[in-house]
Amino acid sequence: MVGFWHKRPKRALHPIHLTVEEGEIFGFLGPNGAGKTTTLKILMGLVFPTGGTARILGRNWTEPSVKAQIGFLPEQPYFYDYLTAHELLEYYGQLSGVPAKGRKQRIDEVLAQVGLTDVKGVHLRKFSKGMLQRAGIAQAILHNPKLLFFDEPMSGLDPLGRREVRDLMEQLKQEGKTIFFSTHILSDAESLCDRVAIIHKGELRGVGAIDELTSTVQGKVEVVWQGTQIPASMKALGADCHITGDRVRAVIAERQQDAAIDALRREHIRLIAITPLRTSLEAYFVEKLQHSQKTAGTLV
Amino acid sequence: MNTRILSIASNTFREAVRDRVLYNLIAFALLLSGAAIFVGQISINIERLVVVNLGLTAVTMFGIVIAIFIGIGLVSKEIEKRTLYTVLSRPVRRWEFVVGKFFGLAGTLVVNTFFMAIGVFGALFYVAQKFSAADLSILVALYFIVLEFLIICALALLFSSFSTPLLSAVFAFSLFVIGSFADDLRAFAAATHGIAGWFATGAAYLVPNFSALNVISAVAHQQQIGSQLILVNTLYTLFYTAMALSGAVLIFDRRNLK
Repeated sequence: MVGFWHKRPKRALHPIHLTVEEGEIFGFLGPNGAGKTTTLKILMGLVFPTGGTARILGRNWTEPSVKAQIGFLPEQPYFYDYLTAHELLEYYGQLSGVPAKGRKQRIDEVLAQVGLTDVKGVHLRKFSKGMLQRAGIAQAILHNPKLLFFDEPMSGLDPLGRREVRDLMEQLKQEGKTIFFSTHILSDAESLCDRVAIIHKGELRGVGAIDELTSTVQGKVEVVWQGTQIPASMKALGADCHITGDRVRAVIAERQQDAAIDALRREHIRLIAITPLRTSLEAYFVEKLQHSQKTAGTLV
Repeated sequence: MNTRILSIASNTFREAVRDRVLYNLIAFALLLSGAAIFVGQISINIERLVVVNLGLTAVTMFGIVIAIFIGIGLVSKEIEKRTLYTVLSRPVRRWEFVVGKFFGLAGTLVVNTFFMAIGVFGALFYVAQKFSAADLSILVALYFIVLEFLIICALALLFSSFSTPLLSAVFAFSLFVIGSFADDLRAFAAATHGIAGWFATGAAYLVPNFSALNVISAVAHQQQIGSQLILVNTLYTLFYTAMALSGAVLIFDRRNLK
């Protein structure tokens, strides 16, 4: 709905209480239109909130001195395509206050880090999507910021491109950077993040460490053995069995784990693995999206 | 000028220089200067008059077109293409971005005018075979043309900070046309009384006074331009440009970049 004189305001975000710890990779998850990009735009000073406050690195988020210590990669970034990768970084280096002395060396370092050294003299209009994403990461880390904000960094990339970006993010974490990134690709979040928050329709639905969210909350284990037979003793334990190729996977209660091992041993069946059954991040995500009640986000 | 403004200005200049449309316009302006030579050759004893008139008018028109069509896209294009996100997420204040863009386009137009002026002087030398002291006043006319460009640049930026590119172009071009008749508008306002008179006077002083900045005809007729007019026009342009830029900054400072 739009008004005649003014656009009618639409509430994009409800109060969100989040704390991101130093040195962690924090995933901001949510379906399309959940409010992830709006949150990032507010933090970057691109959109003004009607209320609320944020502190970045202990200071008010609107302070220019804060911006000197953060890096931002927008969703599906588009850069000045008449510039080469080197010229782009030179420009951003000037804007970020990277000292002229040593700027060229820093640009070369960053280009090498993202694997764009060979194409540093090529105009960005000739770059593929994956190369643009890497240029985007390069401009975000150029001024050696402590904190990085990435908006859907793997969006639109092929599996190889996603892998490259994931590797870069892991490398940045090793360097001590804190990374806050939004995504709706749960597998990326699961493999990269220390903690995640889930947002839906502008509301925070859940937050916590990946290990906690995907813990053995169901108290069940998965038993895998070789063969295509399901012994009667296993059936007696109430195992939920599935045969895949020459392997059988059975889910049983954790307390019956020892009895299952004994049963397989008696039948001379080769046990391959026993692993705690973990709730997947996807299951947690879906559950949080389906529950309408808001969960207050309180982090350690 | 701080380094961030300088960087934004130089990047704006680089974009314009690498824009092929700009090259085409320069080429077209040079072509028009060629036409001036042709007209000069078929005119009798008024070669100088024709060449100066046609040349300076061409410089004005091409500069105005460049100022409007690049000026209206300076902010809106950056928002549309989202290139602004990676600029404003750095320690760059929004006013610095607007002012940097202004200086970038102004610099482009100054360089553009410089090359077109060479074309005009070249054409003049071609038809007159010599330069006279009176030709120095052409430099004053060119200076006034640049002042017009500064005002149009600032207005294009002002309009583009809150409106669509198309509407911004319409507004800026309309103001250029109305401002070119500012003297007539002021005369009309002086002759009108009552509420209509108030409105006419307000409008007459609100629109940029391009009449005062247009001395092409006087220069073509080898009339001298007084130093007082140069001073007044300079101060007027600085004031008007500063006001328009301040308006652009005030609006852009509050704008949500969706």
